[in-house]
Amino acid sequence: MTVPLLQLEGVHTHIGAYHILHGVDLQVERGELTVLLGRNGAGKTTTLRTIMGLWPASSGYVRFDGEALNALTTPEIARRGISYVPENMGIFGELTVRENMLLAARGAKRIEDMDAARLDWIFGLFPALKRFWQHPAGLLSGGQKQMLAVARSIIEPRQLLLIDEPSKGLAPAIIQNMIVAFRELKQTDTTILLVEQNFNFARQLGDKVAVMDGGRIVHAGTMAELAGDEGLQQRLLGLSLAAHQ
Amino acid sequence: MIFNRLLSGDLPRSRVLMVVLIAILAGLVLTPFAFPGAKALNVAAKICIFIVLVASFDLLLGYTGIVSFAHTMFFGIGAYGVAIALTRIGPSWTGVAVGVTAALLLSLGLSLVIGLFSLRVKAMFYAMITLAVATAFQTLASQLSEFTGGEDGLTFKVPELLSPGFSLSEQPFLGVSLDGRLISFYLLVAVTVVLFLLMLRIVNSPFGRVLQAIRENAFRAEALGYQTVVYRTWSNVLSAAFATLAGALLALWLRYNGPDTSLSFEIMIDILLMVVIGGMGTLYGSVIGATLFIIVQNYLQDLMKFASDGMSKVPLLRDLLHPDRWLLWLGILFILSIYRFPTGIVGKLRTKARGHS
Repeated sequence: MTVPLLQLEGVHTHIGAYHILHGVDLQVERGELTVLLGRNGAGKTTTLRTIMGLWPASSGYVRFDGEALNALTTPEIARRGISYVPENMGIFGELTVRENMLLAARGAKRIEDMDAARLDWIFGLFPALKRFWQHPAGLLSGGQKQMLAVARSIIEPRQLLLIDEPSKGLAPAIIQNMIVAFRELKQTDTTILLVEQNFNFARQLGDKVAVMDGGRIVHAGTMAELAGDEGLQQRLLGLSLAAHQ
Repeated sequence: MIFNRLLSGDLPRSRVLMVVLIAILAGLVLTPFAFPGAKALNVAAKICIFIVLVASFDLLLGYTGIVSFAHTMFFGIGAYGVAIALTRIGPSWTGVAVGVTAALLLSLGLSLVIGLFSLRVKAMFYAMITLAVATAFQTLASQLSEFTGGEDGLTFKVPELLSPGFSLSEQPFLGVSLDGRLISFYLLVAVTVVLFLLMLRIVNSPFGRVLQAIRENAFRAEALGYQTVVYRTWSNVLSAAFATLAGALLALWLRYNGPDTSLSFEIMIDILLMVVIGGMGTLYGSVIGATLFIIVQNYLQDLMKFASDGMSKVPLLRDLLHPDRWLLWLGILFILSIYRFPTGIVGKLRTKARGHS
């Protein structure tokens, strides 16, 4: 049996005096897109930030490709091959789109140093980025900023992408573009852990799903199973997919 | 193409800004011929020194987002390095080299220690630590009078080529004597241009890009894999090195150094104002800010005397414009300029140029 790419075992996280994660157990298999669902305040974002070492775990283990990440700093974790797209897009607004991409391609000093074929592939996924290449990223629309944030995370091949609510605040047409882009990304065997509240968005992409509540994983299984079971949706998320279609 | 490479691809991006920058450079280069007299030459020299000093501070504040009050300490170390070395060794180029090298080493060591130990704390605490270190250093410089000349400072001789008594030619050129003072001035202008271009290269390098990312959001930069403490410390060290070189230039120009000349807190406030007026995070802002500030600081009184004489028959205006009230007007002018140009003059000009394109 192969080792999961990412494994969380009994992870507890405190932020100041607050105990946010209460023993999270989660597995993300290689080449799969796992969706982390849950209501506001369930601990989804904290889970991603704990994996990245931004809010280190107070106990438990975070293992990536079999290696414990607990003792590593955030930059060290990032350099292991994990890309993080935070909830608020995480772009650098005062830098141009080009400079944002160069920052993410850590080895590249100039555009010529980047993988041209990969850049073309990204421009194919997100054409707006080519159009606004020399513009300050802060002037982009919300959807374009989100595209830049995702593009930045895939400018170099990474083993794992952590993406926090990519559909938040976006117009339906942009969300549809995102779904197309993520589907194409899945074809490249990239492993993705996606935090979402939009179940309809998550359902179209997820292979596996984990539902969080009160800082714990309360359900883990396949997306097909959850999407096909209205009773389970009602119990875990307080919704039925039919009502959202 | 050459111009673009010289400016590291960071062009002014505003026609007005480009014209102003060319005018400043031309004004500085032509000062000895266009504005004869010691005052104009001193003002031009001070502008050059402060362009380097303010740009080095902008590297820290504008590009990395670090608030430090120890910048004048490094400026003072450079000035004292040259002053002490030339006093002890005598007026020679060896003295200058020893002074600059020793000052650079001390500044690099101090900035590295301050950076490594303090840059992990919150911005406000870092600012307080640097303020405490700078104040302690100023007190130390005043107390070690045997070494630094105490409150009186040190007056020393510079290498012969730079001394006022040296003459390159008996014949004046375009009415200006070709003496050591003129050579000092052009050396100052040349070093300023080189140091400025070097800083421009730094901020437009991949290293500079990471500094700007850290300024915007350190957590995001870390999540991309950058050790922000290392980058912040390097920024601190580089900024200190350039400030030290600016201090060395000041000492060579003045042939004197004392605590009030290079270490006072007033200089720190002036640097802050120059950065804000010119525009933070744009090295060109330091050129505009330093030039504007120093010209106003030096000529506002003359202008007010002229205005006050003109208003001699209007009692209230005559009193308001009296040269003794120049500090009041200086304050009003700077409040207005910050209100009018919140992103600095360069920021405003670039935004305007972007709007037109």
